[in-house]
This record gives sequence, C-alpha cells and structure tokens, in this order.
Amino acid sequence: MIFQSITQHLPILQVVLPLIAAPLCVLLRRPALSWLFALAVTWASFAISIALFIQLEHVGTIVYELGGWPAPWGIEYRIGTTSAIVLVVVSGIGSVVMPFAKASVTAEIEPARHYLFYTCYLLCLCGLLGVVATGDAFNLFVFLEISSLSSYVLIGMGRDRRALTAAFQYLIVGTIGATSIVIGIGLLYLVTGSLNMADIATRLPEPGTNRTVLVAFAFLGLGAALKLALFPLHVWLPNVYTYAPSAVTAFLAATATKVGVYILLRFIFTVFGAGFAFTAMPLDTMLMALAVAAMFAASAIAIFENNVKRMLAYSSVAQIGYMVLGIGFATVGGVAAGLIHLFNHALMKGGLFMALGCIFLRAGSVRREAMAGIARTMPWTMAAFVLGGLSLIGVPLTVGFISKLYLIRAAFEAGLWPFGVLVVLSSLLAVAYVWRVVETAYFREPSTEAARATEAPLSMLLPTWVLIGACVYFGIDAELTVDTAFRAATSLLGAQP
Amino acid sequence: MTIEIHPGLYNYAIVVMLMMAGLYIVITRGNLVKKIVGLNVFQASVFVLYITMGKIVGGTAPILEAGIEVYSNPLPHVLILTAIVVGVATTALGLALVVRIREAYGTIEEDEIQRQDEAL
Repeated sequence: MIFQSITQHLPILQVVLPLIAAPLCVLLRRPALSWLFALAVTWASFAISIALFIQLEHVGTIVYELGGWPAPWGIEYRIGTTSAIVLVVVSGIGSVVMPFAKASVTAEIEPARHYLFYTCYLLCLCGLLGVVATGDAFNLFVFLEISSLSSYVLIGMGRDRRALTAAFQYLIVGTIGATSIVIGIGLLYLVTGSLNMADIATRLPEPGTNRTVLVAFAFLGLGAALKLALFPLHVWLPNVYTYAPSAVTAFLAATATKVGVYILLRFIFTVFGAGFAFTAMPLDTMLMALAVAAMFAASAIAIFENNVKRMLAYSSVAQIGYMVLGIGFATVGGVAAGLIHLFNHALMKGGLFMALGCIFLRAGSVRREAMAGIARTMPWTMAAFVLGGLSLIGVPLTVGFISKLYLIRAAFEAGLWPFGVLVVLSSLLAVAYVWRVVETAYFREPSTEAARATEAPLSMLLPTWVLIGACVYFGIDAELTVDTAFRAATSLLGAQP
Repeated sequence: MTIEIHPGLYNYAIVVMLMMAGLYIVITRGNLVKKIVGLNVFQASVFVLYITMGKIVGGTAPILEAGIEVYSNPLPHVLILTAIVVGVATTALGLALVVRIREAYGTIEEDEIQRQDEAL
C-alpha cells in the first residue's frame, strides 16, 4: 500500500529529494557527515531514476500533476523515454562522482566549506533533474537557474584564482542564455496563453503566420545553444572546466551540457515540432554547419593545448558537435545517434575527468609536462585515461565506436554521406590529441611531480573505473542504449507529423 | 518600408531599448560591477515584457468583485515575481564573486585581470 503510493510519486520525488536535502545538508556542518548525507541522497535519486526508467517500459509516458491540478492550469511533470535517459545519466553521474568527491574535495577545498560544497552539489543535481522532469516551460527556466546558480558557486570554489573569473564569465553568459529562454517562453505565452509545453504545441498557429513565434523560436534556440556550449557560443566552457574543482568538472562535463542538449530537443520536437524547426526554419542546416565547425575547430585547438584538463574541455565542445550533428539530420536515426552519444559521452568524459582528478591529487598539476612518465607511478589511473581516450576516438569495443557507427549510418541513411566522412576525419584529430597525452605519460622520463606521485586512493580510482568500465561494457553490449535511444527518437519525431 | 510605432506597443519599444542597452553594457564595459548592472538592465527589460503582457484593456486588478467583468491577467505578474527573485540571486552571487575577485587580484577591471593572468 505505502510502496504503491510511493511509486506513484516517483517523478516529483526525483526532484524534491535533493531539493529538500540541500538545506538539511547546511545544518550538518561536519565535512564527513555532510558528505555521507549527500552520498545517500544522490544514490537514492539514482535509484528513483532507475525505477522511473523501469516503470516507463509499461506505460510509455509518465504524467504527474503537481498538487492534483490538471494540466493546463497546474504544473505537470512529464517523463518520456528521452527524459528518462537524461535522468538516468544525470543522477547516475551524480552518484558516481560523490564517492570520488570525498578525497578530491578534501584536497582541493578547505574543510570549513565542505558542507556548502555538498549543499550546492545537491542543489545543482536538483536543478538539472528538474529541467528534465518538468513539462512546464516556466518551471524549466526556474530549475535551469537553480542548477546554473549553484554551479557558479561550485566552480568558484576552485583553488586557482582564475576559477573566480571563470565562474564570473559563466555567470554572465549563463544568465544571458537563461534570460533568452525566459523571453522565448514569455513570447510563446503571449501567443498561446499556456505554459504547459504539450499544450503550447497544440495551440501554436500555423508555421509562418505569426512573427512572434519566430522571435520566440530564435530566443529559445539562442538560450539553449549558450547552455549546451554549441560552437561558437562555447567560450565560457574551457575556463570553467579547467579551473573548477576536479569533482565539479567531472560532474558538470557529464551532465550540464547534456541537459542543454535536452532543452534543445524538447523545444524543437515537443513544442515547435520538427515541421516548424526544420521545414519552415532552416535550423537543421544551421545545426549541421555549427556542429561540423565545432568538431574540427575545437579538436584542432585541443591538439595544441598543454593543460590536459583544458584539452578535454575543448574535446567536449567537439563531442557536443557530434550530438548536435545527429539532431541536425532531423531523422529518427540521427536523433537516436545524438541520444546514444549523449549517454556515451557522459560516461567517457566523466571517467576521463575523474582520472585527471586522480592525477591532480597526486601530482598537483594536470599540465602535460608534469604528467611525463606518470604511467609508471600511477598505472591504474593512466590505464583508465587510455581507455577513455580510445573511447573518445571511437575505437571498436568502446562506447565511442557505437556512437560514431550510428552517427555515420544515420548520415548515409539521410543521404548526407559527406557528413559521415567528416565524422571519421574529425576522429583523426582526436587520435592526435589523445596520443600526445599517452605518449607523454608512457614514453617520457618521469618529471619531478610524476616521480613523487603514488597511485590514487581506491575511493577515487574505483568510481573512475566504474565509468570507464561502463564505457567498455556499453561498447560491447550496446543493445540497451541503442534500443532506448531509438524508442526515444521515434517518440520525439512521431509526436509531430 | 516605414516603421510606425503603435501607441499600444509603447511598452514593447521600451523593452527592446532596455534589452539592447543592457546587452551593450555587458559586452562593452570592462568593469565587472558595471557588467552586473548591465545584466540587471537586461533582465529588467524582461520583467517589463511580462508585466505588459498581463495588461488587458479595460481590465482592473484581479480581485473578485461584483459588477466587474474584465480583469488583468495575474499569471505573468506571478511568473515575473519568480524571475525577479532569480535575478536578485544572480546579482547577489555575481557581486559576491566580484568581491572575491577583488581580493584575489586587487582589481575589478577585466583587462587588468587578463594582464595579471597572462603574466603568470
């Protein structure tokens, strides 16, 4: 009886649990205690997202009315296959990074501020989950700002003073992005009189007849593009990923931009409809052009980057290009490939940034010269880095291969084969930047930092290997991810004829 | 093509002006506090936009009263109350970061900060 009533309320529990936990975390104060509490909460929210994912197998779409108010008036949470995937990614990464965070945060942040760190971490998790779960446009904005504001704080806690300027720059750009989204939502409300996304979709006038809708579309597109760091709106990202504390970089790199991609998907497909975005508007061409630019320009910058964390940040911009490219194809295969890569990239970038966190803990630097010969003193960490790197390139038996396979296949199916070739060519750039790190770490004489380093503690190594292991596991047995992604893509594109 | 501004669109014209002025300040000013002020102006334009769309010609305050048929739409006002709170939080956090930046760099001018970072 009680169990049944709990399963009914899972969509709201998913969001409310970390929201309520955050202020409680402030009260705990003691570093170890607040960490344990945050750990329990993130694991519970991961369990909830898994339960939701399983529930979806039977029902298709879970609709939850907040406070029992029916849809156009009350706020509605709507969880479909796409949102379920992103929920699992966000809460899953959140719960894997937590055990890692203990040692990493102890080394990088003063103990007096630990409880605030975990509070903001929970708030950020709550915001990201809320954006994904909600079916209400304004609610989406509020959760987006909850996650953004808490992530500015998390980034600002970095040890380097440049973390502060990175956080400030992200605050400016992020606020402009979120405000653009709120302008778009306002204009849509002006036209349709509704804030419920499914409801807005049915009330929108015929494409091309209303200029306000066009302006709303432009603002929402700009806001989402800023949040997901679509080239050339990515300028905030490299500094943020480089100077934020290691645990924060691992968490944000694997989740925040993915939620940005989800916002884009949500507005393109459920609100405006593929017909409006791709036929009446040339969004597909724009997305494909910017995606290709990201794939090449960002990868090329990554090759010449000496700070490995920054190199991976640029690689993230390039990898986001692959996701956006898939969406730009505007076919079921393309969107599915984008979603597959969304999941896979979260695994590999999470794992890679955690491996770098281990190196930063022991060597005190993630510059390439400091990492010379470090594979001798930190073999397990570097092995994880190599596997993650192979996955970035797209070597068979890793998740990166699955992503690129489906992306290239989608390109050919859509009759856009040159893009398939471009994906392969840009992967060669990834070979170059990954190899530079591997070569330095394995074949050079150890630097003083590397010689001093010892293998990272198990509490950090284990979570890193969980994600890297998942990279290999889902690279071999991709049935679950591919099936779910195709189901999600079909429902996204099928919702609008 | 002639541009004619309908008197009913006065508020929207102000919205556009505020929005562009705010964005201009954010982009051109090197002083971090001024950037925050620009961001505030930018956000304020959105507040005006939302408040304006709640206005219904001839409508009164949305309080149930006998003999009154037309009310203003209270929903956008409530929404923007939330957005104002978010804006206040953003400003507070932004200024807090400026304080920390000033402690770390001794300046809040963007080019000076850049120069110090490059000197490293």
